[in-house]
Amino acid sequence: MGLAQLRNEGKPANESTAVLLRELVAHLGQNRTQLREEWIRRITEGRLLTAMSKEEIFAEATSVYDSYVEALETRTLETLQSYAQNLSERIIPRGVETHEVVGIVLLLRDVLARSLFSKYHSDSRMLNAVLDAYEPAANAIAITVAVGFVRERERIIRQQQEAIRELSTPVLQVRERLLILPIIGLIDPLRARQLTEQLLRGIRANRAKVVVIDITGVAAMDATVANHLVLTVESARLLGARVIVTGLSPEIAQTLVNIGVDLGKMNTVGDLQGGIEEAERLLGYKVGPLSDTTPA
Amino acid sequence: MQVPILKQGPYLIATIQSALTDADIVQLRDALVEQVGRFRSRGVIIDVTALDVMDSFATGTLRDVAHMVRLRGAETVIVGIQPDVAFAMVHMGLTLEGVTTKLDLEEGLDHLNRNIKTTAGR
Repeated sequence: MGLAQLRNEGKPANESTAVLLRELVAHLGQNRTQLREEWIRRITEGRLLTAMSKEEIFAEATSVYDSYVEALETRTLETLQSYAQNLSERIIPRGVETHEVVGIVLLLRDVLARSLFSKYHSDSRMLNAVLDAYEPAANAIAITVAVGFVRERERIIRQQQEAIRELSTPVLQVRERLLILPIIGLIDPLRARQLTEQLLRGIRANRAKVVVIDITGVAAMDATVANHLVLTVESARLLGARVIVTGLSPEIAQTLVNIGVDLGKMNTVGDLQGGIEEAERLLGYKVGPLSDTTPA
Repeated sequence: MQVPILKQGPYLIATIQSALTDADIVQLRDALVEQVGRFRSRGVIIDVTALDVMDSFATGTLRDVAHMVRLRGAETVIVGIQPDVAFAMVHMGLTLEGVTTKLDLEEGLDHLNRNIKTTAGR
Protein backbone atom coordinates (compact mmCIF):
# COMPACT_ATOMS: atom_id res chain seq x y z
CA MET A 1 0.00 0.00 0.00
CA GLY A 2 2.73 2.42 1.03
CA LEU A 3 4.70 1.51 -2.05
CA ALA A 4 1.90 2.32 -4.45
CA GLN A 5 1.35 5.58 -2.65
CA LEU A 6 4.95 6.62 -3.02
CA ARG A 7 4.88 6.01 -6.74
CA ASN A 8 1.43 7.43 -7.44
CA GLU A 9 2.02 10.67 -5.69
CA GLY A 10 5.22 11.15 -7.61
CA LYS A 11 3.39 10.66 -10.89
CA PRO A 12 2.21 14.11 -12.06
CA ALA A 13 5.71 15.47 -12.46
CA ASN A 14 7.51 12.20 -12.67
CA GLU A 15 10.72 13.36 -14.33
CA SER A 16 11.29 16.47 -12.28
CA THR A 17 10.38 14.61 -9.05
CA ALA A 18 13.05 12.05 -9.81
CA VAL A 19 15.58 14.79 -10.42
CA LEU A 20 14.64 16.59 -7.23
CA LEU A 21 14.80 13.42 -5.16
CA ARG A 22 18.24 12.70 -6.57
CA GLU A 23 19.36 16.13 -5.49
CA LEU A 24 17.77 15.60 -2.12
CA VAL A 25 19.55 12.29 -1.64
CA ALA A 26 22.86 13.90 -2.54
CA HIS A 27 22.21 16.62 0.01
CA LEU A 28 21.34 14.08 2.71
CA GLY A 29 24.44 12.05 1.88
CA GLN A 30 26.73 15.06 2.19
CA ASN A 31 25.31 16.16 5.51
CA ARG A 32 24.92 12.69 6.93
CA THR A 33 27.02 13.14 10.07
CA GLN A 34 25.64 16.51 10.99
CA LEU A 35 21.95 15.62 10.38
CA ARG A 36 22.29 12.37 12.24
CA GLU A 37 23.81 14.18 15.25
CA GLU A 38 20.96 16.65 15.19
CA TRP A 39 18.40 13.89 15.01
CA ILE A 40 19.93 11.95 17.91
CA ARG A 41 20.09 15.14 19.96
CA ARG A 42 16.38 15.65 19.42
CA ILE A 43 15.59 12.03 20.25
CA THR A 44 17.43 12.38 23.56
CA GLU A 45 15.77 15.71 24.22
CA GLY A 46 12.34 14.25 23.57
CA ARG A 47 13.14 11.40 26.02
CA LEU A 48 12.36 8.80 23.40
CA LEU A 49 13.87 5.30 23.36
CA THR A 50 14.70 5.51 27.06
CA ALA A 51 14.96 1.71 27.16
CA MET A 52 18.07 1.83 25.00
CA SER A 53 21.61 3.00 25.75
CA LYS A 54 23.23 5.94 23.96
CA GLU A 55 25.44 3.70 21.83
CA GLU A 56 22.49 1.60 20.79
CA ILE A 57 20.49 4.66 19.85
CA PHE A 58 23.43 5.85 17.80
CA ALA A 59 23.77 2.53 15.98
CA GLU A 60 20.04 2.23 15.31
CA ALA A 61 19.80 5.86 14.24
CA THR A 62 22.60 5.36 11.75
CA SER A 63 20.96 2.39 10.11
CA VAL A 64 17.51 4.00 10.15
CA TYR A 65 19.00 7.11 8.58
CA ASP A 66 20.71 5.09 5.86
CA SER A 67 17.62 3.03 5.09
CA TYR A 68 15.62 6.23 5.00
CA VAL A 69 17.93 7.79 2.46
CA GLU A 70 18.02 4.57 0.51
CA ALA A 71 14.22 4.47 0.37
CA LEU A 72 14.23 8.02 -0.99
CA GLU A 73 16.94 7.14 -3.49
CA THR A 74 15.51 3.90 -4.88
CA ARG A 75 11.92 5.08 -4.42
CA THR A 76 10.93 1.62 -3.22
CA LEU A 77 9.95 0.65 0.28
CA GLU A 78 10.81 -3.06 0.27
CA THR A 79 14.19 -2.71 1.98
CA LEU A 80 12.75 -0.30 4.49
CA GLN A 81 9.81 -2.58 5.12
CA SER A 82 12.00 -5.55 5.98
CA TYR A 83 14.30 -3.30 8.01
CA ALA A 84 11.30 -1.95 9.95
CA GLN A 85 10.15 -5.47 10.70
CA ASN A 86 13.61 -6.51 11.78
CA LEU A 87 13.91 -3.42 13.97
CA SER A 88 10.52 -4.10 15.57
CA GLU A 89 11.50 -7.67 16.34
CA ARG A 90 14.57 -6.43 18.16
CA ILE A 91 13.13 -3.53 20.10
CA ILE A 92 9.63 -4.69 21.06
CA PRO A 93 10.93 -7.19 23.65
CA ARG A 94 12.87 -4.31 25.23
CA GLY A 95 9.68 -2.40 25.90
CA VAL A 96 9.86 0.26 23.22
CA GLU A 97 6.43 1.83 22.76
CA THR A 98 4.58 2.63 19.56
CA HIS A 99 4.68 6.37 20.18
CA GLU A 100 8.47 6.25 20.46
CA VAL A 101 8.96 4.53 17.13
CA VAL A 102 6.52 6.80 15.32
CA GLY A 103 8.05 9.72 17.22
CA ILE A 104 11.62 9.12 16.07
CA VAL A 105 10.60 8.66 12.44
CA LEU A 106 8.61 11.88 12.51
CA LEU A 107 11.56 13.64 14.19
CA LEU A 108 13.84 12.49 11.40
CA ARG A 109 11.34 13.77 8.86
CA ASP A 110 11.32 17.15 10.61
CA VAL A 111 15.10 17.32 10.94
CA LEU A 112 15.53 16.64 7.24
CA ALA A 113 12.79 19.12 6.32
CA ARG A 114 14.51 21.77 8.41
CA SER A 115 17.78 21.16 6.63
CA LEU A 116 15.97 21.65 3.34
CA PHE A 117 14.53 24.94 4.57
CA SER A 118 17.94 26.24 5.50
CA LYS A 119 19.45 25.06 2.23
CA TYR A 120 16.86 26.59 -0.09
CA HIS A 121 15.64 29.50 2.04
CA SER A 122 16.71 32.02 -0.57
CA ASP A 123 14.83 30.29 -3.39
CA SER A 124 11.24 29.74 -2.35
CA ARG A 125 10.16 28.30 -5.72
CA MET A 126 12.84 25.65 -5.51
CA LEU A 127 12.01 25.00 -1.86
CA ASN A 128 8.39 24.36 -2.78
CA ALA A 129 9.38 21.98 -5.54
CA VAL A 130 11.76 20.04 -3.29
CA LEU A 131 9.16 19.80 -0.54
CA ASP A 132 6.58 18.62 -3.06
CA ALA A 133 8.88 15.74 -3.90
CA TYR A 134 10.03 15.13 -0.35
CA GLU A 135 6.81 15.24 1.66
CA PRO A 136 4.84 12.36 0.07
CA ALA A 137 7.95 10.18 0.10
CA ALA A 138 8.68 11.00 3.73
CA ASN A 139 5.09 10.37 4.77
CA ALA A 140 5.04 7.04 2.98
CA ILE A 141 8.20 6.06 4.84
CA ALA A 142 6.73 7.09 8.19
CA ILE A 143 3.60 5.06 7.47
CA THR A 144 5.66 2.04 6.46
CA VAL A 145 7.68 2.06 9.66
CA ALA A 146 4.63 2.60 11.87
CA VAL A 147 2.61 -0.11 10.14
CA GLY A 148 5.57 -2.49 10.32
CA PHE A 149 5.90 -1.89 14.04
CA VAL A 150 2.19 -2.30 14.80
CA ARG A 151 1.99 -5.39 12.63
CA GLU A 152 4.87 -6.99 14.54
CA ARG A 153 3.16 -6.16 17.83
CA GLU A 154 -0.08 -7.74 16.68
CA ARG A 155 1.79 -10.83 15.55
CA ILE A 156 3.36 -11.17 19.00
CA ILE A 157 -0.01 -10.70 20.71
CA ARG A 158 -1.60 -13.35 18.51
CA GLN A 159 1.25 -15.73 19.21
CA GLN A 160 0.96 -15.24 22.95
CA GLN A 161 -2.81 -15.67 22.92
CA GLU A 162 -2.32 -18.90 21.05
CA ALA A 163 0.23 -20.06 23.63
CA ILE A 164 -2.05 -19.18 26.54
CA ARG A 165 -4.94 -20.92 24.89
CA GLU A 166 -2.94 -24.10 24.45
CA LEU A 167 -1.55 -24.04 27.95
CA SER A 168 -4.86 -23.33 29.59
CA THR A 169 -6.57 -26.65 28.98
CA PRO A 170 -4.31 -29.65 29.40
CA VAL A 171 -5.96 -33.05 29.11
CA LEU A 172 -3.80 -35.55 30.98
CA GLN A 173 -3.89 -39.29 31.05
CA VAL A 174 -3.17 -40.63 34.54
CA ARG A 175 -3.98 -44.26 33.91
CA GLU A 176 -5.01 -46.37 31.00
CA ARG A 177 -8.45 -45.02 29.99
CA LEU A 178 -8.53 -42.38 32.73
CA LEU A 179 -8.11 -38.71 31.91
CA ILE A 180 -7.93 -35.74 34.20
CA LEU A 181 -8.73 -32.22 33.16
CA PRO A 182 -7.58 -29.70 35.74
CA ILE A 183 -9.16 -26.32 35.18
CA ILE A 184 -7.56 -23.27 36.74
CA GLY A 185 -8.60 -19.65 36.55
CA LEU A 186 -11.49 -17.86 35.00
CA ILE A 187 -13.62 -19.63 32.42
CA ASP A 188 -15.18 -17.43 29.78
CA PRO A 189 -17.50 -18.81 27.12
CA LEU A 190 -14.67 -19.02 24.57
CA ARG A 191 -12.45 -21.00 26.90
CA ALA A 192 -15.36 -23.19 27.93
CA ARG A 193 -16.03 -24.11 24.32
CA GLN A 194 -12.40 -24.86 23.69
CA LEU A 195 -12.26 -26.95 26.83
CA THR A 196 -15.15 -29.08 25.69
CA GLU A 197 -13.56 -29.55 22.31
CA GLN A 198 -10.24 -30.64 23.79
CA LEU A 199 -11.91 -32.98 26.25
CA LEU A 200 -14.05 -34.69 23.62
CA ARG A 201 -11.06 -35.08 21.30
CA GLY A 202 -8.99 -36.35 24.21
CA ILE A 203 -11.62 -38.97 25.01
CA ARG A 204 -11.47 -40.22 21.44
CA ALA A 205 -7.70 -40.11 21.14
CA ASN A 206 -7.00 -41.85 24.47
CA ARG A 207 -10.08 -44.10 24.36
CA ALA A 208 -10.97 -42.87 27.81
CA LYS A 209 -13.67 -44.48 29.88
CA VAL A 210 -13.60 -42.12 32.83
CA VAL A 211 -12.74 -38.43 32.98
CA VAL A 212 -12.14 -36.43 36.13
CA ILE A 213 -12.73 -32.71 35.70
CA ASP A 214 -11.17 -30.87 38.59
CA ILE A 215 -12.42 -27.34 39.13
CA THR A 216 -10.76 -26.63 42.47
CA GLY A 217 -8.93 -23.75 40.79
CA VAL A 218 -12.11 -22.09 39.57
CA ALA A 219 -13.49 -19.65 42.12
CA ALA A 220 -16.83 -18.95 40.47
CA MET A 221 -18.63 -19.38 37.21
CA ASP A 222 -21.71 -17.77 35.75
CA ALA A 223 -24.84 -19.62 34.72
CA THR A 224 -23.83 -19.80 31.04
CA VAL A 225 -20.54 -21.48 31.79
CA ALA A 226 -22.10 -23.77 34.40
CA ASN A 227 -24.64 -24.83 31.81
CA HIS A 228 -21.83 -25.43 29.38
CA LEU A 229 -20.11 -27.67 31.92
CA VAL A 230 -23.27 -29.73 32.21
CA LEU A 231 -23.49 -30.01 28.41
CA THR A 232 -19.88 -31.16 28.33
CA VAL A 233 -20.63 -33.90 30.83
CA GLU A 234 -23.57 -35.06 28.71
CA SER A 235 -21.53 -34.97 25.50
CA ALA A 236 -18.82 -37.08 27.11
CA ARG A 237 -21.47 -39.61 28.08
CA LEU A 238 -22.55 -39.84 24.44
CA LEU A 239 -18.96 -40.78 23.62
CA GLY A 240 -19.18 -43.54 26.19
CA ALA A 241 -17.12 -41.90 28.92
CA ARG A 242 -18.22 -41.16 32.46
CA VAL A 243 -17.36 -37.81 33.93
CA ILE A 244 -16.60 -37.11 37.57
CA VAL A 245 -16.49 -33.46 38.59
CA THR A 246 -14.39 -32.65 41.63
CA GLY A 247 -13.57 -29.66 43.78
CA LEU A 248 -16.77 -27.66 43.41
CA SER A 249 -16.57 -24.51 45.48
CA PRO A 250 -19.61 -23.51 47.53
CA GLU A 251 -20.35 -20.68 45.07
CA ILE A 252 -20.30 -22.98 42.08
CA ALA A 253 -22.43 -25.53 43.90
CA GLN A 254 -24.95 -22.77 44.48
CA THR A 255 -24.87 -21.69 40.85
CA LEU A 256 -25.45 -25.26 39.70
CA VAL A 257 -28.40 -25.68 42.03
CA ASN A 258 -29.82 -22.31 40.99
CA ILE A 259 -29.78 -23.16 37.31
CA GLY A 260 -31.50 -26.40 38.20
CA VAL A 261 -29.02 -29.02 37.06
CA ASP A 262 -30.30 -32.56 37.23
CA LEU A 263 -27.89 -33.86 39.86
CA GLY A 264 -28.63 -37.45 38.93
CA LYS A 265 -26.61 -36.93 35.77
CA MET A 266 -23.62 -35.27 37.42
CA ASN A 267 -21.22 -37.40 39.35
CA THR A 268 -19.47 -35.11 41.82
CA VAL A 269 -16.81 -35.88 44.43
CA GLY A 270 -15.34 -33.51 47.00
CA ASP A 271 -11.71 -33.31 45.94
CA LEU A 272 -9.38 -34.52 43.21
CA GLN A 273 -8.05 -37.41 45.30
CA GLY A 274 -11.57 -38.68 45.93
CA GLY A 275 -12.35 -38.26 42.24
CA ILE A 276 -9.39 -40.32 41.13
CA GLU A 277 -10.21 -43.02 43.69
CA GLU A 278 -13.79 -43.13 42.45
CA ALA A 279 -12.54 -43.33 38.86
CA GLU A 280 -10.20 -46.19 39.73
CA ARG A 281 -13.10 -48.01 41.35
CA LEU A 282 -15.18 -47.53 38.19
CA LEU A 283 -12.33 -48.86 36.08
CA GLY A 284 -11.84 -51.85 38.38
CA TYR A 285 -8.44 -50.87 39.76
CA LYS A 286 -7.63 -51.71 43.33
CA VAL A 287 -4.96 -49.47 44.78
CA GLY A 288 -3.55 -49.78 48.27
CA PRO A 289 -0.27 -49.71 50.18
CA LEU A 290 2.09 -52.64 49.49
CA SER A 291 2.22 -53.63 53.17
CA ASP A 292 -1.46 -54.63 53.01
CA THR A 293 -0.85 -57.32 50.43
CA THR A 294 2.60 -58.58 51.53
CA PRO A 295 2.65 -59.32 55.24
CA ALA A 296 5.93 -58.21 56.85
CA MET B 1 -29.71 -46.23 1.43
CA GLN B 2 -30.59 -49.33 3.38
CA VAL B 3 -28.48 -50.08 6.45
CA PRO B 4 -27.00 -53.59 6.51
CA ILE B 5 -27.67 -55.55 9.71
CA LEU B 6 -25.09 -58.20 10.52
CA LYS B 7 -25.76 -61.07 12.87
CA GLN B 8 -22.71 -61.70 15.03
CA GLY B 9 -23.30 -64.47 17.57
CA PRO B 10 -25.99 -63.30 19.99
CA TYR B 11 -25.71 -59.71 18.72
CA LEU B 12 -27.00 -57.69 15.82
CA ILE B 13 -24.69 -55.02 14.44
CA ALA B 14 -26.03 -52.21 12.26
CA THR B 15 -23.36 -49.98 10.77
CA ILE B 16 -24.65 -46.77 9.29
CA GLN B 17 -22.41 -45.91 6.35
CA SER B 18 -23.81 -42.68 5.00
CA ALA B 19 -26.32 -39.97 5.79
CA LEU B 20 -29.82 -41.40 6.11
CA THR B 21 -33.22 -40.09 5.13
CA ASP B 22 -36.01 -40.26 7.69
CA ALA B 23 -37.52 -43.20 5.77
CA ASP B 24 -34.21 -45.10 5.97
CA ILE B 25 -34.08 -44.63 9.72
CA VAL B 26 -37.67 -45.84 10.16
CA GLN B 27 -36.83 -48.83 7.99
CA LEU B 28 -33.77 -49.55 10.15
CA ARG B 29 -35.90 -49.33 13.30
CA ASP B 30 -38.49 -51.79 11.99
CA ALA B 31 -35.84 -54.21 10.71
CA LEU B 32 -33.94 -54.23 14.01
CA VAL B 33 -36.97 -54.68 16.21
CA GLU B 34 -38.20 -57.50 13.99
CA GLN B 35 -34.82 -59.27 13.72
CA VAL B 36 -34.12 -59.16 17.47
CA GLY B 37 -37.00 -61.61 17.84
CA ARG B 38 -36.21 -63.67 14.76
CA PHE B 39 -32.57 -64.32 15.71
CA ARG B 40 -33.21 -64.37 19.48
CA SER B 41 -30.49 -61.73 19.85
CA ARG B 42 -29.35 -60.49 23.25
CA GLY B 43 -27.83 -57.24 22.14
CA VAL B 44 -27.97 -54.65 19.38
CA ILE B 45 -25.13 -52.32 18.41
CA ILE B 46 -25.79 -49.33 16.19
CA ASP B 47 -22.57 -47.80 14.85
CA VAL B 48 -22.95 -44.15 13.84
CA THR B 49 -19.25 -43.37 13.30
CA ALA B 50 -19.87 -42.28 9.72
CA LEU B 51 -22.56 -39.75 10.62
CA ASP B 52 -21.43 -36.15 10.90
CA VAL B 53 -24.86 -34.88 11.82
CA MET B 54 -27.66 -36.28 13.96
CA ASP B 55 -30.96 -34.41 13.85
CA SER B 56 -33.81 -34.69 16.30
CA PHE B 57 -35.66 -37.24 14.20
CA ALA B 58 -32.67 -39.57 13.95
CA THR B 59 -31.89 -39.22 17.65
CA GLY B 60 -35.51 -39.73 18.64
CA THR B 61 -35.85 -42.81 16.45
CA LEU B 62 -32.63 -44.35 17.77
CA ARG B 63 -33.89 -43.79 21.29
CA ASP B 64 -37.17 -45.50 20.31
CA VAL B 65 -35.19 -48.42 18.91
CA ALA B 66 -33.35 -48.79 22.21
CA HIS B 67 -36.59 -48.78 24.20
CA MET B 68 -38.40 -51.14 21.82
CA VAL B 69 -35.46 -53.54 21.76
CA ARG B 70 -35.42 -53.54 25.55
CA LEU B 71 -39.09 -54.51 25.56
CA ARG B 72 -38.18 -57.34 23.20
CA GLY B 73 -35.64 -58.57 25.74
CA ALA B 74 -32.31 -57.28 24.39
CA GLU B 75 -30.00 -54.38 25.09
CA THR B 76 -29.00 -51.61 22.68
CA VAL B 77 -25.68 -49.77 22.57
CA ILE B 78 -25.06 -46.80 20.30
CA VAL B 79 -21.38 -46.43 19.42
CA GLY B 80 -19.13 -44.07 17.53
CA ILE B 81 -20.80 -40.70 18.08
CA GLN B 82 -18.26 -38.08 16.92
CA PRO B 83 -17.16 -35.37 19.40
CA ASP B 84 -18.67 -32.54 17.36
CA VAL B 85 -21.88 -34.44 16.82
CA ALA B 86 -22.12 -35.21 20.53
CA PHE B 87 -21.79 -31.58 21.49
CA ALA B 88 -24.26 -30.41 18.86
CA MET B 89 -26.78 -33.01 20.03
CA VAL B 90 -26.49 -32.01 23.66
CA HIS B 91 -26.84 -28.38 22.69
CA MET B 92 -30.16 -29.17 21.03
CA GLY B 93 -31.25 -31.12 24.10
CA LEU B 94 -30.96 -34.49 22.36
CA THR B 95 -29.24 -36.45 25.10
CA LEU B 96 -30.37 -40.00 24.33
CA GLU B 97 -31.55 -40.48 27.89
CA GLY B 98 -31.70 -44.05 29.08
CA VAL B 99 -29.65 -45.31 26.15
CA THR B 100 -26.18 -46.78 26.59
CA THR B 101 -23.52 -45.11 24.45
CA LYS B 102 -19.95 -46.27 23.99
CA LEU B 103 -16.88 -44.97 22.23
CA ASP B 104 -16.63 -47.48 19.41
CA LEU B 105 -17.66 -50.93 18.25
CA GLU B 106 -15.04 -52.63 20.40
CA GLU B 107 -16.22 -50.89 23.54
CA GLY B 108 -19.82 -51.67 22.68
CA LEU B 109 -19.12 -55.38 22.25
CA ASP B 110 -17.11 -55.36 25.46
CA HIS B 111 -20.02 -53.80 27.32
CA LEU B 112 -22.54 -56.31 25.97
CA ASN B 113 -20.25 -59.28 26.68
CA ARG B 114 -19.83 -58.19 30.27
CA ASN B 115 -23.49 -57.41 30.91
CA ILE B 116 -24.90 -60.49 29.29
CA LYS B 117 -22.39 -62.78 30.96
CA THR B 118 -23.34 -61.51 34.39
CA THR B 119 -27.03 -62.05 33.69
CA ALA B 120 -26.38 -65.53 32.35
CA GLY B 121 -24.19 -66.45 35.32
CA ARG B 122 -26.89 -65.80 37.87
